[in-house]
Amino acid sequence: MAQHAVELILTRQLASCLSVPIVLFGPTGDVLFYNEPAEALLGMRFQETGPLTLVESDRRVRLTDERGAEIPRAARPSAIALGQQRPAHSQMWMTAADGTRRAVEVTAFPLLAEAGGLLGAAVMFWERDGR
Amino acid sequence: MKVTFYGTRGSLATPGRATERYGGNTSCVLVRGEDGSALGLDAGTGIRAAGADLPRDLRRVDILLTHLHMDHIQGLGFFGPLYNPRVEVHLWGPASATAALDARLSRYLSPPLFPVLLRDLPCRLHLHHVPCGEIKIGPFTIVAQSVCHPGPTVGYRLADGRAVLTYIPDHEPALGARHFPEDPEWTSGWELARDADLLVHDAQYTREEYPSHLGWGHSSLHDALAFGALAGVRRLVFFHHDPARDDHAVSAAAEAAVVDARPAFSAMPAAEGESFDLPAGP
Repeated sequence: MAQHAVELILTRQLASCLSVPIVLFGPTGDVLFYNEPAEALLGMRFQETGPLTLVESDRRVRLTDERGAEIPRAARPSAIALGQQRPAHSQMWMTAADGTRRAVEVTAFPLLAEAGGLLGAAVMFWERDGR
Repeated sequence: MKVTFYGTRGSLATPGRATERYGGNTSCVLVRGEDGSALGLDAGTGIRAAGADLPRDLRRVDILLTHLHMDHIQGLGFFGPLYNPRVEVHLWGPASATAALDARLSRYLSPPLFPVLLRDLPCRLHLHHVPCGEIKIGPFTIVAQSVCHPGPTVGYRLADGRAVLTYIPDHEPALGARHFPEDPEWTSGWELARDADLLVHDAQYTREEYPSHLGWGHSSLHDALAFGALAGVRRLVFFHHDPARDDHAVSAAAEAAVVDARPAFSAMPAAEGESFDLPAGP
């Protein structure tokens, strides 16, 4: 077991104190952590799932456009934050692990270490009023 | 390796009779290898005496800075080997996102704060940025890793093949944690301290003082003990004593925390002038 970088630890600690749903991704797209507000949105509990691989998180939570078409991985804010190392924002539909479908806004930003290395991405989800 | 404390105080030097047991100088620990290698951990006011105690024929010394807060660099300009052209001095420390180590150090080592410029020092000076992967110095393999403290800050893990010393003088791993300590992999500094023979760790506050100093970058004695237990260390030395605490208060706070936490390892306050030989004898 390796310890995460302090920047990731601090981001997780901040996320744990906020009421905004936040998912923390590692540099290869694996889900490292999601906070309690995100649990409600994603329809699963971190204590039960633990960290999730990219494939596993895709299997549990589906991201689609309003017509139900899958959003390509490369077009998702998390992938843009990780791949292009820049912030990204998008609107989409999310089908949570418990089957609930919601309209959401998603904002992602890359976590770049002081020395410049990519550590991961923090992704905020926000449920839209209109459904 | 031999580990000697030359400065144990946090934040501000506090000389005087009331602090003569644990010392009033700010952070500086000298580590000597079996081959004579000399490593200074931080350059608080204690480094002046550390420099004076080094052999005159020493040709290389490495100073490992954890961060550039004043109490960790204030003695640097008074470190004798910096003024000896026959000595190679290697300074290791963190850059920031916008400034290199020399630029950051020069804010202090330049007028009006100091009369001598960093570039004018007579020694053969080499600056290195950390963290930078494993560092080899003499018999030591050293790892620097960023830790939780305001501004760019690292802790150090020094191994010589026989023992491990971990030095994290300014560290607040409990910041934001709901139930400290949590998983090791989500605990700042854990990898540095894992199974260390000696952990030198921030313990500036009592448990009662800590809540009013959240986010200042320091630990309570209880959190230092919990962190040491999580990391499985063999011995813990409380470091970075609060400048407001005299010798009696340092002893009393440490004793109360140890009695309360009952650690499976020995724990005591760092005292200026004291040394530890690692690995410890039977």
